[in-house]
Amino acid sequence: MIELISPTRCTGCNICVSVCPMDVFQPTGGGRADGAAPVIARQTDCQTCFLCEAHCPDDALYVAPDAETVTGIAEDAVAAAGLFGSYRRAIGWTAAHRQNRSADQTFRLLAPH
Amino acid sequence: MANVPGAPVSSSAASLDLETDVLILGGGPAGTWAAIAAATGGARTILADKGFCGTSGATAASGTTLWYVDPDPAKRAAAKASREGLGGHLADHGWMDRVLDRTHAAVGQLADWGYPFPRDADGCERRVSVQGPEYMRLMRRRVKQAGVTILDHCPALELLVDDSGAVAGAVGVQRQKGGRWTVRAKAVVIATGGCAFLSKALGCNVLTGDGLLMAAEAGADLSGMEFSNAYAIAPAFGSVTKTLLYQWASFTRADGEPIPGAASKGGRSVIARVLTTEPVHARLDRAEPELWAAMRQAQPNFFLPFDRAGIDPFTQRFPVTLRLEGTVRGTGGLRLVDGTCATAVPGLFAAGDAATREPICGGFTGGGSHNAAWAMSTGHWAGLGAADHARALGGRALGNGTRTLRRAGGAGLQDRPRRGAAIDAGGLTRAVQAEVFPYDINYFRTEEGLTGSLARLDRLWADAAAAMPASADTVLRVREAAAMLATARWMYRSALARTESRGMHRRIDHAALDPAQRHLLTVGGLDEVQVSTRPAPVRADPVRLDRAEAGRELAA
Repeated sequence: MIELISPTRCTGCNICVSVCPMDVFQPTGGGRADGAAPVIARQTDCQTCFLCEAHCPDDALYVAPDAETVTGIAEDAVAAAGLFGSYRRAIGWTAAHRQNRSADQTFRLLAPH
Repeated sequence: MANVPGAPVSSSAASLDLETDVLILGGGPAGTWAAIAAATGGARTILADKGFCGTSGATAASGTTLWYVDPDPAKRAAAKASREGLGGHLADHGWMDRVLDRTHAAVGQLADWGYPFPRDADGCERRVSVQGPEYMRLMRRRVKQAGVTILDHCPALELLVDDSGAVAGAVGVQRQKGGRWTVRAKAVVIATGGCAFLSKALGCNVLTGDGLLMAAEAGADLSGMEFSNAYAIAPAFGSVTKTLLYQWASFTRADGEPIPGAASKGGRSVIARVLTTEPVHARLDRAEPELWAAMRQAQPNFFLPFDRAGIDPFTQRFPVTLRLEGTVRGTGGLRLVDGTCATAVPGLFAAGDAATREPICGGFTGGGSHNAAWAMSTGHWAGLGAADHARALGGRALGNGTRTLRRAGGAGLQDRPRRGAAIDAGGLTRAVQAEVFPYDINYFRTEEGLTGSLARLDRLWADAAAAMPASADTVLRVREAAAMLATARWMYRSALARTESRGMHRRIDHAALDPAQRHLLTVGGLDEVQVSTRPAPVRADPVRLDRAEAGRELAA
């Protein structure tokens, strides 16, 4: 479930508000103009799909793996574990990891073994 | 046009009122392929998504293998034969041929559009899978480039129909901007996906059967709804219902004792049986370490729950559960009446998981593969079919004085004599889930279990149909709950009628396949649900199969 939006990382672009298919986030203030982070307004509607993280250009979001319960993990713990932006890097959506976009090895797993 | 009854729109809320040739409901793979086909063919096209076109649905969150088979006669014959038995010999070889052709062309288009397919050690591009976020981001871009108007966060609530009963648009809510939307259209494509009953299967909570309910209210019927009990393995705490890698798993009890017969393929029912009484644990300890990196690169999202929970799934056991995926990985859905993906109602088309996948799968599919091919193909054809339908109607079809339109929606919307309070969406959702989630009702079906469940579901429907119209702030959830309720009743009425085990439909009291029941079940109706049979496609000539080839196809 979506756990937190880092107020220091977030730039208030509100992309997560748009892309969340479950409409979990709510914008606050004037968005990018004043850099205000949106809020997690409907946390239990989160379907734990991790796509807000994938689309966040600032690696400011963290989705915990627990689909049913809120863990209350702190931002420091997420940062210390290197988890901010980890999904975005894995799918190659950061400049430094673009090679991962075409790294899909499914064809090897489908071969007889 | 009047407001949705009981859902007054405040004067400050903008109301969107549009006209178009083709309206597509749903922006997953099927909806986006439909939108591109319709718009490229010259039709004015609007795509309305409940969430966000590009992230909504089962594919964007997940990723999928593709039923991509070279047009080599032997390979195609093997591909078609590989799931004949699993599907209960209900698939149609003519449909399989055209879906294989269309999918091959569509995947070629993806490559042309820049999808970054991987290359193997020989430098050959491999087109057997796509990553969900990447695929659907590309599809959104192509939909926009085709000139389609996208309405994000605009769930549809009900269809519009004209005096003749033809579908002529839809009405919904703008859940972020506020207010209603109305789109008058000459043709509508239902691409709203299957129904997974808010089980939190990966990406599936968008998929509550809304389009099935709306279409049925307009008079469409469904097929194959007994094939609706797909359950997928996930970590017990998590949402990631990706099952490919569990072929390398060992399944044990909590104390590490192996569970005989438990497996992802061919032994999932054993897991379900044990889960009714105690936890089941898994560990991917049958994968050689040389394969670990490839597995991570194939399915980055599979590993998210483990990496974040501090579990090494290759060396540590973790608890698993089975989450219901209903008709998302089941094969039931709206019945198509021809190759344009028309439904039984004029002006209404269906594509992807919202349409029955029986023509290519019969009564069984795993994830991806055929499902992705079906979405690509039926999306394309439904978009073309809807555009052709709109063109044939010409300028006389938009209700501008010459045609009066009425709203077709029922439960939670319609203003008819009331006897009850408004529907409590949360309560109704939990009541439906209590009937469809339990393995001992839905996975292991019996006449007794189904009959008892249907009695409760029918009572819930009677109450829902007689309830007060929902208020503006609850109407979306109320309609989702009503759609799940209707879907559950179609499922179980069909399951009761099929007194045998075939495909994924498993009757404990009729454990064998009955050759006399090699037919398809049509189901429809809301206040009264009716089931009837239709003949299955003529059986194809037996195909000689190389066993290894068949095994590869099945794995895909």
